[in-house]
Amino acid sequence: MTLTPSSTADVQAAVAEAVAARAPLVLRGHGSKAGIGRPDGNEKPLFLAGLTGVTLYEPEELVLSARAGTPIAEIEALLDARGQELAFEPMSFHALAGTGQGTLGGAMMTNQSGPRRIKMGAARDHVLGVEAVSGRAEIFKAGGRVVKNVTGYDLAKGLCGSWGTLAVATEVTVKVLPKAETAATLMLLGLPSARAVAALSAALGSPADVSGAAHLPLDAAARAGLPGPATLMRLEGFEPSVAARFERLAVLLAPFGAAERLAGEASAALWRAVRDAAPIAEPAARAIWRISVAPTAGPTVAATVAAGREAEAFYDWGGGLVWLATDPVDDGGAALIRGAVAAAGGGHATLVRGPAALRETIPVFQPQPAALAALGRRLKAEFDPYAILNPARMAGDA
Amino acid sequence: MSHPEMPPVDEAVIARRGEIAAALRRIVPKGVIDNAVGLKPYESDGLTAYKTPPLVVVLPETVAEVSAVLAWCHENDVKVVPRGAGTSLSGGALPLADGVLLSMMKFNRVKEIDFDNRVAVVEPGVTNLGITRAVEHAGFYYAPDPSSQIACSIGGNVAENSGGVHCLKYGLTTNNVLGVELVLITGEVVRLGGKHLDSEGVDLLALIVGSEGLLGVVTEVTVRILRAPETARAVLVAFSSSEAAGECVADIIAAGIIPGGMEMMDNPAINAAEDFVNVGYPRDAEALLIVELDGPDVEVDHLLSRVEAIARGRGAMECRVSTSDAERMAFWAGRKAAFPAVGRISPDYYCMDGTIPRKQLPRVLARMRELSVEHGLRVANVFHAGDGNLHPLILYDANVPGELDRAEAFGADILRLCVEVGGVLTGEHGVGIEKRDLMPTMFSDIDLAHQIRVKCAFDDKHLLNPGKVFPELHRCAELGRMHVSGGKLPFPDIPRF
Ligand SMILES: Cc1cc2nc3c(=O)[nH]c(=O)nc-3n(C[C@H](O)[C@H](O)[C@H](O)COP(=O)(O)OP(=O)(O)OC[C@H]3O[C@@H](n4cnc5c(N)ncnc54)[C@H](O)[C@@H]3O)c2cc1C
Repeated sequence: MTLTPSSTADVQAAVAEAVAARAPLVLRGHGSKAGIGRPDGNEKPLFLAGLTGVTLYEPEELVLSARAGTPIAEIEALLDARGQELAFEPMSFHALAGTGQGTLGGAMMTNQSGPRRIKMGAARDHVLGVEAVSGRAEIFKAGGRVVKNVTGYDLAKGLCGSWGTLAVATEVTVKVLPKAETAATLMLLGLPSARAVAALSAALGSPADVSGAAHLPLDAAARAGLPGPATLMRLEGFEPSVAARFERLAVLLAPFGAAERLAGEASAALWRAVRDAAPIAEPAARAIWRISVAPTAGPTVAATVAAGREAEAFYDWGGGLVWLATDPVDDGGAALIRGAVAAAGGGHATLVRGPAALRETIPVFQPQPAALAALGRRLKAEFDPYAILNPARMAGDA
Repeated sequence: MSHPEMPPVDEAVIARRGEIAAALRRIVPKGVIDNAVGLKPYESDGLTAYKTPPLVVVLPETVAEVSAVLAWCHENDVKVVPRGAGTSLSGGALPLADGVLLSMMKFNRVKEIDFDNRVAVVEPGVTNLGITRAVEHAGFYYAPDPSSQIACSIGGNVAENSGGVHCLKYGLTTNNVLGVELVLITGEVVRLGGKHLDSEGVDLLALIVGSEGLLGVVTEVTVRILRAPETARAVLVAFSSSEAAGECVADIIAAGIIPGGMEMMDNPAINAAEDFVNVGYPRDAEALLIVELDGPDVEVDHLLSRVEAIARGRGAMECRVSTSDAERMAFWAGRKAAFPAVGRISPDYYCMDGTIPRKQLPRVLARMRELSVEHGLRVANVFHAGDGNLHPLILYDANVPGELDRAEAFGADILRLCVEVGGVLTGEHGVGIEKRDLMPTMFSDIDLAHQIRVKCAFDDKHLLNPGKVFPELHRCAELGRMHVSGGKLPFPDIPRF
């Protein structure tokens, strides 16, 4: 048996052996997100980084299939050469964890999406099909290679966000899209967070077709090299369209301040930083939370936490994605944060960076209400009855 | 007629009709129907070839009532078929003679509109168009637009993951639903998602959308609403071959253009539509494309000129750009009326719904013409060309003995062809009972077993909408033992439940 499989059959054999020996596995692509979740015990790693290769790419059909261990960087380079991209902007963990974008399987199974999430959808919205090995050591496929497909349950999407706890994805088929001809960023300076989110709401509710909507308060802005609190809106598309939309958006937002324009690499670099949570990555000792709430609730959640303990935030997704840094002492702010999320109408908070000692003691993923948690356990028991796949990863969230 | 086999009817349950109706009446005093006349309107959905009056119909009005009805049915082993507006084209809402039909149409309130967060929270019986109607005063709309949008319910859309002509750019139901409240067969009420984005952990919402009423009953839906584009204009392009039309579609996409909608019709569909609505479609064209571009004026103008150039480069016979909204609507009128138009030239028609990789279109159309001759039935095609979703309309006459059977056989051949060229059995209408028995052409036993495992996690007694989607119902406890391929288990040494 090999724990460095290079084919689906190898993966199946490895899982079968693990089942027979009742010896759990921890799934490892590039390990870019290995620091998220309950620390592993003494599970054997199943290294998936050797399961590589693009198996199908038809640019005119907007579809690509690759084995799960294929690096995202390799796929993005291939797409770029044909003027296409993964429109959900898979994040890189370079700034947060010193790692990278990881593999296609890793990005999809953890549903990693960047700033364009608000317009183009999450990673899960781009998955068309999956081949996987379940915890029963059976190879199954779900979905297909076409966008419109309602044949059976959408198990390919359903596996996104399972963090390797239901099945080992061995091949993934995704929808790819044309890259925008050009992009520009409209920046407003000096707004307090609640006012900034109001500006973002106005922009997102306008016909400007905004594809990124972030706000960096003072400290985060400074780390990103900006002169003051910065409210950022990205416009992408064909040249004449971007120019016209910029003009109109600037007029619409005049009550919030004067619009500045960033373009080219200055704009692109800023959105990569937002995507990767770079503006709050330092100091490296801080715990980092990724919080998803209704967009207008973002500043309230951050303010509630900051009133209870030292915390620093910045916002993406129009205010709905709050990146929050806290001191990793006691519970790292878990109770306070989750209380604030519940009070603001619900959502979820995940600890994406924190010392192992903290991850041992608090639920890293948002705890679910009892009926939902039970449903999750029943699904896990159906797909992985022997608890072979990533048994620690999401533990403690029930 | 070849009615797909349904789960065996439990006569003992039918004998208890009076007792079951009485129990349900205690939960929903004014919402139970159990007389033959009252049951009649519920005996079929949009797939009218199949009819079965339900045991009883119950129309709850509150989540507590839905929960109590389901808990009672679970406790008493009574099957339940959820129903929205009953427009399903795959028999998803076909009743069971020994099952309760749970109509959600009294859940018809728009509960909340939140423009700042760009969401609407609605009850499942609100129609698809009803959502847009509720938000359009502020310039917003709900993007997925099935042709049935004046009638179909958002609950039904969630269950079927419905699409429409604008889904190419704006996504299907699954891409536009942010949350649901769901009642499980046990009566437990759970909430998935909400006004925030993405799920924490396993994406159960992704499994619910498109689950065809088999996993739970949706009692509330949170959808994303969008600001309507400033302008929309359409261009009508005629070609003398479907190959050229197909290449034009590929070129548009290759140029980095994702139109708001991109539809194709073949010659029989063009003529049927023109007879009906008279909007000036060129009758001699082999293929007609309608490409709609939306966005700011400048963008639309810019892209229209590019699309026109591409079309001319592919030898278009005719290329007409709409100059007014009235003209744009006229371009669409024929396409949107394609079904009734075909209904005028044939006593009956059977609407199919496969998806294929776009480039396979010429091959599929050519083979379809051969199949048309083999089965002795005419076929007209409308096609969501941008995303490869094909709607062949098979013309037949139900009064001619054997024609319905031939139409169904022809339809099944078309769907097998879709799978053969790399496509799928259904793009938006769902599996229901219609395509249930074709599932094995696309999925292996093991693939299907993994789907059924999802069902087992939600409803291990198979009480919700049994007989739909899956060709065989395996008891959940037996699933682990069923994968005998070529007489032996893949891993004989692995113990199985
Ligand atoms: C003329 C015509 C044109 C159409 N055009 C399109 C089109 O362009 N695109 C498209 O995608 N479809 C189209 N359809 C198909 C149909 O309208 C859709 O599938 C629609 O979503 C069904 O909604 P409904 O409310 O009628 O659901 P029903 O037909 O009542 O039910 C459909 C399924 O949903 C389940 N269900 C309903 N409500 C709930 C609930 N609250 N909770 C759980 N399960 C529920 C039922 O059990 C059933 O399985 C068309 C149909 C017709 C008749």
